Amino acid sequence: MTAAPVRHVSLRSGVYADSVRLMQVSRDVGAREGVTAVLVAMATPLNLELAAGMGLAPDETASGDQLLVAVTAEDDDALAAAVAAVDAALAARERAAGPAQTVPLRTIGAGLSALDTDGPALAVVSVPGPYAVAEAADAIAAGRSVLVFSDGVPVESEVALKRAAHDAGVLVMGPDCGTAIVSGLALGFANVVRRGPVGLVAASGTGAQQVSCLLDTAGVGVSHVLGVGGRDLSEAVGGLATLDALALLDADPATERVLLVSKPPAPSVASAVAEAAAELSVPVRSAALSPATPDLTAAVEGLLAEMGVAVPEWPSRTSTRTAAPGAVLKGFYAGGTLADEAMLLAAPVLGDIRSNTPLRPELGLVVDPSAPDLSARGHVVVDFGDDALTVGRAHPMIDPTLRLEALARVAASGEPAVVLMDVVLGHGADPDPAATLAPALRAAGLPAVVALVGTEADPQGWSRQADALAAAGAHVFASNAQATRHALDLLGAAR
Amino acid sequence: MRLLSGTPTVVAAGVDVFSAALRAQGADVHDVDWRPPGFGEPADLAALALDRRRAAANRTAVERVMAAGSHLVDVRPARDVLGLPDRTLLHAGPPIGWADASGPLRGALIGACLFEGWASTVEEAERLLAAGEIALDPCHHHRTVGPMAGVTSPSMWMYCLEDPVTGGQAFCNLNEGLGKVLRMGAYDDEVLTRLAWMRDVLGPVLQAAVRSMAEPLDVKAVLAQMLQMGDEGHNRNRAGSLMTLRELSPAIVEVDAPSSDVAAVLRFIGGNEHFFLNLGMPTAKLAMDAARDVPGSTMVTVMSRNGTEFGIRTAGTGDRWFTGPANTPVGLFLGDYGPDDANPDIGDSAIMETYGVGGFTMAAAPAIVRFVGGTVPDALATTERMYQLTLAENPAMQVPILGFRGSPTGIDVLAVARTGWLPQINTGMAGRVAGTGQVGAGLVQPPRECFEQALAALAAETRAAA
Repeated sequence: MTAAPVRHVSLRSGVYADSVRLMQVSRDVGAREGVTAVLVAMATPLNLELAAGMGLAPDETASGDQLLVAVTAEDDDALAAAVAAVDAALAARERAAGPAQTVPLRTIGAGLSALDTDGPALAVVSVPGPYAVAEAADAIAAGRSVLVFSDGVPVESEVALKRAAHDAGVLVMGPDCGTAIVSGLALGFANVVRRGPVGLVAASGTGAQQVSCLLDTAGVGVSHVLGVGGRDLSEAVGGLATLDALALLDADPATERVLLVSKPPAPSVASAVAEAAAELSVPVRSAALSPATPDLTAAVEGLLAEMGVAVPEWPSRTSTRTAAPGAVLKGFYAGGTLADEAMLLAAPVLGDIRSNTPLRPELGLVVDPSAPDLSARGHVVVDFGDDALTVGRAHPMIDPTLRLEALARVAASGEPAVVLMDVVLGHGADPDPAATLAPALRAAGLPAVVALVGTEADPQGWSRQADALAAAGAHVFASNAQATRHALDLLGAAR
Repeated sequence: MRLLSGTPTVVAAGVDVFSAALRAQGADVHDVDWRPPGFGEPADLAALALDRRRAAANRTAVERVMAAGSHLVDVRPARDVLGLPDRTLLHAGPPIGWADASGPLRGALIGACLFEGWASTVEEAERLLAAGEIALDPCHHHRTVGPMAGVTSPSMWMYCLEDPVTGGQAFCNLNEGLGKVLRMGAYDDEVLTRLAWMRDVLGPVLQAAVRSMAEPLDVKAVLAQMLQMGDEGHNRNRAGSLMTLRELSPAIVEVDAPSSDVAAVLRFIGGNEHFFLNLGMPTAKLAMDAARDVPGSTMVTVMSRNGTEFGIRTAGTGDRWFTGPANTPVGLFLGDYGPDDANPDIGDSAIMETYGVGGFTMAAAPAIVRFVGGTVPDALATTERMYQLTLAENPAMQVPILGFRGSPTGIDVLAVARTGWLPQINTGMAGRVAGTGQVGAGLVQPPRECFEQALAALAAETRAAA
């Protein structure tokens, strides 16, 4: 039984395509199921005659610069689909096998529109901060998430970007928090860790690296690590990206529990985030640093206990080197969160610690970025990854120069000291930090404790680096909290 | 959201150490060749990038440009069409007075005074013009465009184009042909005789023919087709001119005029490879005028030159002109003329590039690139580059060699700043000395100053609107 055929005849103005192209469209649409006849052609007298012969003459008077679209099909659905296919074929850009692209793509917008994928894609922006805004805005406009590695992005721009991203249903990671692992792909500074059920939302780059590496050591993997930027939990930004990242992980089937890693958040933001987290179906645990909860390692251990996973002995290498009488703490950090953790743990024992990122403003060290003189006497912890010290030079995880200079200066000053440092391994970091640090430690001759953040699978290899540093006399710990406590023990032994 | 649904493809701008780390993990990474912006305060660039109105405003502006049609509905003298009073002359480009006018503009203004009978000698015309007794006004202030000097006087006939969608109108005078012509600054007897014939014969015949046509000529459709026939619509209009002749001929032949006049009209049109330009320009003007006054839009609506200054306007800043000193084109010269004979850039014809054709569709016109001093790969690269300056691709204006990709349409001031690339314009070259006429053709770019000023003004408007 054959249903009565249905037909579509229309004339369109302002559309022109050459006859070869139109014949291709007619042939392709004609091959569709349920389509019995197709004529897509410019409405020239010849083509109108053809159409009349097929019983598809237009009702209105046609002119040769109009496009005739005439289709017959077995039923309405096939007809509608065929007409839609004609429209799509006319609109489709025929990608020429033309000459190779010789014109460089200059912006994230151009790069994303040249991308030929329907799959997940995101942008990574590490251009100088003031210019990062337009590149990130391109990604959001294209409906893609973006990791802004750049620092120096004005906070009001960060807020505007994150609001726009929220409205567009995408995520802004960063700025100034160069860590993310998305579906196993490490972006920016990140370690090679196993995949697993724990999602991290991190307003702290090195904090997220410390946590993910300890979890990996305990045999627990991460689903995703979403770095939301060091300022995200400030009053000004209000946790915009944290809230979006939590929602993303809540909807992600690979994520069974979430750990929120941050420096001390603004109290109002902390409660808003806690409220939002309580609404989610995935359990959210906080590892926000504060004087009351100063220890990321303890937070990891708490999570492991909750998961019923045994807490391993965190890897370390100890040395026989001891501190001289009256020694002070000299902390030279690349990671801001790790520096904070060290100060939070040490302050109750040592008292005031001076810093360029101090626990209290009156302990601040004024730093001249063009010639950083960080040789203040007494207990000092310096964050060399702070914005003021990375203007015009690479991050200390890539370029060790400033830290090695500081080490040499302390040694030369004659002030008795215990040096506490972090060395962060993983993608994007110095490919062999021990190669420069071990000789510098030997030359300095000071007792040194190193928090070595990384995994065996990292390109640098945790054990390889630990052994090289230990051979130079350093005490080495995978946990920054343990490293800090060990430095305090050395100082205590010296008092 | 798709972010977590699988291993993402990455597009990266900036430090290459991160891309290298991604590649080491086997990721699909596409680095863009990012450079610091060519100009613009970082705070201005950020303000525009973050303007919440911008995406929608630019979409609106682009949609209006794309939707505009263009029908040739009438041919009438400028006096009637524009209500142009005696002793008033229109000219190309942003506003300018006699004192600052270059040779070809002065030559054309002198010629127009002679043509209108306001002066009987060159000296008298110069005196009138220098004394300010002839009012000068930009074509663009009257929904009008004029190629080269663009000088339009009350007795000159104009094409009247209408957008069938919005009813918008745009106007342009009739093309005189090549060589010694008024628009190139020539004003000798040959020029004045031709202008008189155009006034007395060509104009009336075209009017009668156009008015007699059952269906108005769809100029936009001709423009779309000529791009597929080796024209780019600015410096090469051969196919477009012939198609126009084909469309108009039956009606011209039926005009009640002496057969010698009809033959002269057909011969004139057939012998003028740029006959279509004066139809293409108001077609582009109609489309760009449709996008006037869209607050928050960073799209350029006018690029135009008066022989001394280059001026642009944007959709987001209304009728303000942003100007800078016009550059001198680089290209090939007729006869024994050389670079020293060329006047700085002149004419409203850059409306074609503003609309996304001309220099923007150089890839469609391989035949022209050698004439303007380039190679075929240059032409392809030029069009490819323009895609990064523009907001959209116009599906009605396709470039065959790029897989029938739509022309790069809607210049984005923000993209010009960020890429540091300037729009590419194909253009004729007028002699710098008044009276010379055409000396060559070539390529030219706007001065950066126009875009710098426009960017700062758009950013100021954004802040004021916030």
